[in-house]
Amino acid sequence: MTTSAGSAAQTDAEGAAIRARGLTKRFGQLVAVDHVDLEVPAKHVYGFLGPNGSGKSTTIRMLCGLLMPSDGEIEVLGLKIPAQADALRPHIGYMTQKFSLFEDLTVRENLEFLAAIQGVPKAGTRARIDDLIEQYHFGDLQQQLAGTMSGGQKQRLALACAVIHEPQLLFLDEPTSAVDPESRRDFWEKLFELADIGTTLLVSTHLMDEAERCHRLAILDHGVLVADGTPDELAGKLEGRTFVVESADPRRAQHALTDAPGVLGVAQVGNMLRVLIADDGGDPARRMDEALAHAGVKAGVAPAPPNLEDVFVAATHKGGRDRERAA
Amino acid sequence: MSWRRLWAIVVKELRQMRRDRITLAMILGIPVIQLVLFGYAINTNVRGLATGIADQANTAGSRALVMDMLATGVVAPVARVATPQELMAMIRDGRISVGIAVPPDFERRRIDGREVAQVLVDGSDTAVQGAAAQLAQVPIDSAVPDTRAPLTSTPPTGRISVVAFYNPQRSSALAIVPGLIGVILTMTMVLFTAIAIVRERERGNMELLIATPLTSTELMVGKVLPYVAIGLVQTSVVLALGMWLFDVPIRGGMIAVYLAAGLLILANLALGLLISTRAQSQFQAMQMMIFIFLPSILLSGFMFPFAGMPKVVQWVAEVLPLTHFLRLIRGVMLRGAGLWELWRDVLALAVFTLVMMALAIARFRKRLD
Repeated sequence: MTTSAGSAAQTDAEGAAIRARGLTKRFGQLVAVDHVDLEVPAKHVYGFLGPNGSGKSTTIRMLCGLLMPSDGEIEVLGLKIPAQADALRPHIGYMTQKFSLFEDLTVRENLEFLAAIQGVPKAGTRARIDDLIEQYHFGDLQQQLAGTMSGGQKQRLALACAVIHEPQLLFLDEPTSAVDPESRRDFWEKLFELADIGTTLLVSTHLMDEAERCHRLAILDHGVLVADGTPDELAGKLEGRTFVVESADPRRAQHALTDAPGVLGVAQVGNMLRVLIADDGGDPARRMDEALAHAGVKAGVAPAPPNLEDVFVAATHKGGRDRERAA
Repeated sequence: MSWRRLWAIVVKELRQMRRDRITLAMILGIPVIQLVLFGYAINTNVRGLATGIADQANTAGSRALVMDMLATGVVAPVARVATPQELMAMIRDGRISVGIAVPPDFERRRIDGREVAQVLVDGSDTAVQGAAAQLAQVPIDSAVPDTRAPLTSTPPTGRISVVAFYNPQRSSALAIVPGLIGVILTMTMVLFTAIAIVRERERGNMELLIATPLTSTELMVGKVLPYVAIGLVQTSVVLALGMWLFDVPIRGGMIAVYLAAGLLILANLALGLLISTRAQSQFQAMQMMIFIFLPSILLSGFMFPFAGMPKVVQWVAEVLPLTHFLRLIRGVMLRGAGLWELWRDVLALAVFTLVMMALAIARFRKRLD
């Protein structure tokens, strides 16, 4: 685990919204979440990055008390979960991965229902709903059935419903998976507005550009938390290990490099290759030159600043090799 | 328990129901269709069976006997033939269901006290057989006043006529309409609630709901309440049509009828909820509902007499809400009984409701696993 001294101090001052130790969930033989330790600082946008099936949804469901952990301890907003899940519910909002509002109710009816269920004070309900309709741009769509709206509109409505009772903590499970890029940008604006007024947000995603926006993030792979920290911290660890390779024949260069010792990942980006190399001492650039020369490919190798995708490849690759060794 | 959350569920259910045309059509369509089907088409009271007559005696007495048989309305003459053999051939062809054969020595046999006539029946249909048996009941003495018979003599057992109390016209509609209220409520109420919770799970709404402060009791009770109203509407439709189309009497008072219906509605809704907490999909809920519905129809006494069933089957039937409701509603509507006289069945329905509701709430977990 990679919690730096600086962020730990900040966490202590602010208090953590979520703490989990050894969190594990087994479904029969399958270990969906494997001893995850987690600390989500309050008032942050915290990202869960991982491919499909990496245990993001299962972890979120355990954190809000919807699934019983097989093992481990959870504390959310100072409450023991799942024992005190009922006490937690009024303070959290949860936006499910699949649209879970009522498609045969209108925008306003959905908001009215959630306001009553979440116990928004009766006198303030009307004003709160009008407010949300304005904030989330539903002015003309109030009487529209939720099921007939576009993906982006549905997600906006789901968020409006999830925050109707102004929860301290908001769980969002892949909120933008069915949304076009522009709607996604608007959506993230809203998330940061919520963080500004003191809401803690836990957002799962498999999109790099979204993960990059988070204050902090954790990378999950096959149920194991393989890295966590701020995006910059995570990328900083890969300093000196990422390169771009320019070649007239990028396909052949890719072949030559994929099998070279220490190469963790080769991805083609246009006419260039982006290469990530393991940190095992030595001069990685020279090793790559040798591999390319051996294959008879002409190419130029230059160091490049690491990005989050490199972090992701490095983290998940390591996880894969550890598991192979264990098996 | 928060009344506001409970009410929010009720309002949501009603709003969704308003937009669900198939459910709306079922609410009114099922009672109307069933009532017309059972009231008009399905008639256990057989009339107008095609009948052939072979009166070989052709005396005043034999003609009077045949006339008496025809007067019952059970048979309608379609052919007159010379011999019983011709009648048998016609039954085999299916041209007639019943043949009445009077032998040439009719007068002689009547005096001797031997069988005077024969009714030939197409036994392949039990309903026809049962109806034709009535013909054998026609008293011969009334057909021809027999001056030689002593006034004090008791009539032979085969000549005792059947008197039906409470349903003197032997009208099927009269017996079926009260029961039909129960059958319709069993079908629709169990189905609606069985689907109610599963549907939320299938559509993904449940994950949202269980992450809120909503309690199991609020959700369950809120789901049930709108359907109580629907059930009472259906009861009214059947009652109104029953009175209008079939002159079904309500001898024991409207309030008692609605109270009995209300008890059955609650029992079925609670049962539906319990199914709902078990079923994984709407389809499964439907399958489970059939498991309840078929025994209810067959064993409750709606289709076949309760008294005729083996003891073990009767015990099973005692568990079904419809059995108790049938006793209640027939008592109230046809015999003019009050609910306090039928307290055993009232109690049975109430206990059934409470047990099912408690099981449903206990089984429903605010969790996904």
